[in-house]
Amino acid sequence: MTLRNRWRKILSYLMLSLTGVCAVVAVVMLFLILGYLVFNGWRSVDWDFLTKLPKPPGEVGGGMGNAIVGSLQIVLLAALIGLPIGFLAGVYLAEYGGHTFAFLVRYMADLLNGIPSIVIGIFAWTVVVVPMHHFSALAGGLALAVMLIPITARSTEQFLVSVPQTLREGALALGASQWKAIATVVVPAAYRGIATGMILGVARIAGETAPLLFTSLNNQFWSAGWSQPTASLPVMIYTYATAPYPDWHRQAWAAGMVLLLLVLVANVAARLILSRGISVQR
Amino acid sequence: MTMSTANLPSANSAAGKTAAPLGKLKAVNLNFYYGAYQALHGISLAVPANRITALIGPSGCGKSTFLRTLNRISETIRNTRVEGEVLLDDENVLEVDVTALRRRVGMVFQKSNPFPKSIFDNVAYGLKVNGFRGSLQEAVQHSLQRAALWEEVKDKLHKSAYALSGGQQQRLCIARALAVDPEVLLLDEPCSALDPIATAKIEDLLFALKDQCTIVIVTHNMQQAARVADRTGFFLLGKLIEYNTTEIIFKTPAKQETEDYITGRFG
Repeated sequence: MTLRNRWRKILSYLMLSLTGVCAVVAVVMLFLILGYLVFNGWRSVDWDFLTKLPKPPGEVGGGMGNAIVGSLQIVLLAALIGLPIGFLAGVYLAEYGGHTFAFLVRYMADLLNGIPSIVIGIFAWTVVVVPMHHFSALAGGLALAVMLIPITARSTEQFLVSVPQTLREGALALGASQWKAIATVVVPAAYRGIATGMILGVARIAGETAPLLFTSLNNQFWSAGWSQPTASLPVMIYTYATAPYPDWHRQAWAAGMVLLLLVLVANVAARLILSRGISVQR
Repeated sequence: MTMSTANLPSANSAAGKTAAPLGKLKAVNLNFYYGAYQALHGISLAVPANRITALIGPSGCGKSTFLRTLNRISETIRNTRVEGEVLLDDENVLEVDVTALRRRVGMVFQKSNPFPKSIFDNVAYGLKVNGFRGSLQEAVQHSLQRAALWEEVKDKLHKSAYALSGGQQQRLCIARALAVDPEVLLLDEPCSALDPIATAKIEDLLFALKDQCTIVIVTHNMQQAARVADRTGFFLLGKLIEYNTTEIIFKTPAKQETEDYITGRFG
């Protein structure tokens, strides 16, 4: 019996150590990537890089001001289209969905989540770029929105489903209609999770390169409008990192660093805003 | 407010003796199904106005299911079906608008379920969704006073409802239900998670409320039924075994099953 107990203790200790080691490995990978990026990037991020236009190939200097603005433009457009649609679809799945239709939608959303992003780029190219005869910020934003919708829908659904059923019943029992109960009790109870899911979704698409290659393409200059080719940080990183000029490699690291900072700032700001208010008691 | 419950049964049985008009709320031959499973079998029961009616019985006997059909909150569960009638003032509740019905028939749940909002907003919620025009401030104060919670919370109305103790949260839920001035108040084991002191407060509250509304309470606790109820119904396996004044149910039940349950021989 004591032998058995000792064995149990050893096994428990082993499993605990195993999970701990894996957690450390996961975090170490992240820190290696971040560290390497910061190490290579921080020296190159200067005022010129943030504000100037790119120099022609071979010339040293210049910056990526146009790509920073372009990325913000494209991601903003994607968020404006993708977040509301994804959110409302998530509400439908969690609150109204019947068996068959909701199952189908959920399944398609998961499928869409798993589609290689380059395929979504080709899709946006076919439906926007070809008819307009133009690469454009619009097409890029749309491609990213297509990616954002299923991400937002599924995360919204999950946070809504975790709201205790008793809260819904409490609201309905007071004479609230189903929509009223959802809008005034269920969604507010889950809004922190929903918003966090949205931020993570936006952060995820902000770094996508493949959908932009065929849609917003690239631009050496400030974008001339939503219907014109537009530079973006991921595409710039791709272009500069694969070019043969050492100064471009330096700038690619800097672009990676800026992209990271933008995502980080958005994340921290959102979390600060969300930390106010009352969260659900379980 | 007196905390003693010792004097309650006598006061209560005195009230029970005056003939109350049966039928503020009536179930007629009610069947209820979860999918293919029949949870209620032909329940017929009339709840008198301005009285407290208790429903007792072992777990899974259908008393909560029955209660939830009275304000049709049972419809929130998919794949359920009701047969028969529930009459509120002789009007079939299955045919009226469900939100209008729930304004008239309020409910308090087993586990207190305040919304993740301030105390004030919790009480004001029902008023707001029902388009209340008037002073929310006054209405909220009045409801909290009716629920005997005002003195404890008046200085922290805009704090989170979750800052309250379990018993206070449950009284907050009662205040929230009272705010829309329901004609009937349904309580589904409202004290099952509370200590005896908090329970006594809620029982005192029910007495104070019955002048103004009709109360139906589901309870696991037979002493509670004996203390508070004018009439008691005993459920077993989805059937209403016996329904009568509380005194008769507890002193001279007609059915063997009732007596077995009351005396603790099973359940």
